[in-house]
Amino acid sequence: MISEYVFWFLSFVAVFSAIGMIFSKNPVFSVLSLIVTFFAVAGHYFLLGAQFLAAVHIIVYAGAIMVLFLYVIMMLNLNKLEEEKRSMWSKALSVVAGGILMLVVVAALRRTDELNAVQAAAYNGEIGLTKNLGTVLYKEFLLPFELASVLFLGAMVGAVYLSKKDLA
Amino acid sequence: MELFHNITINHYLTLSAILFALGVFGILYRRNAIIMFMCVELMLNAVNITLVAFSKMWNQTDAQVFVFFIMVVAAAEVAVGLAILMMLYRNMHTTDTTFLDKLKF
Repeated sequence: MISEYVFWFLSFVAVFSAIGMIFSKNPVFSVLSLIVTFFAVAGHYFLLGAQFLAAVHIIVYAGAIMVLFLYVIMMLNLNKLEEEKRSMWSKALSVVAGGILMLVVVAALRRTDELNAVQAAAYNGEIGLTKNLGTVLYKEFLLPFELASVLFLGAMVGAVYLSKKDLA
Repeated sequence: MELFHNITINHYLTLSAILFALGVFGILYRRNAIIMFMCVELMLNAVNITLVAFSKMWNQTDAQVFVFFIMVVAAAEVAVGLAILMMLYRNMHTTDTTFLDKLKF
């Protein structure tokens, strides 16, 4: 009963702070709105029984990625963005494109809940815990896990190289 | 099928469709590279919500591992992307993509 209200509350927070992120003129407010969205998404993970993912989501997104965004905005000194001069026509087209995409996705997934899924009685509430997730990650997904480390090394080298001052 | 009281999988799919569409809309609407970048993050998160909801629906751990890898890719992408943005600002003194039209035909 209470989880239903929590779902609606978190959904409204996520959607409205995402809208605030898009429309705010100050990029710092955009970053802070996006952090609120990420906290709401982490709350959804908790509701869905993915406790480990919720914690990792807050640590990685709110703790690392958005702090990186804030650093860049402050280093570039972008307190106030210059006004974007675009025609009403292209702005209206972007609204139409986003709305139509949403309608198509919702219509395509409309009857998903009629699928013959696991019954509530057979549901195992422990799949989102660290132990189970770690077992799957280090057994079935060992190769992708190692490849991810190579990806990170490449990203690290690329970021350091790109931010060198005397880049030709 | 109800995930929990009165909330079905469709509620989560609709929420994630709304967030994804908001991300697409933001990329089309704004011309600032940093805001466009944040919209990409929003879209990745919308997909993550879908995966976690399906993980609960089918009682499978695999989808949550996929979410884990999406987070890894997002972190790597942000590191390189923000470095490119810094280079861009150093050379062009703007993050507005309207002025980046050298490849435009």
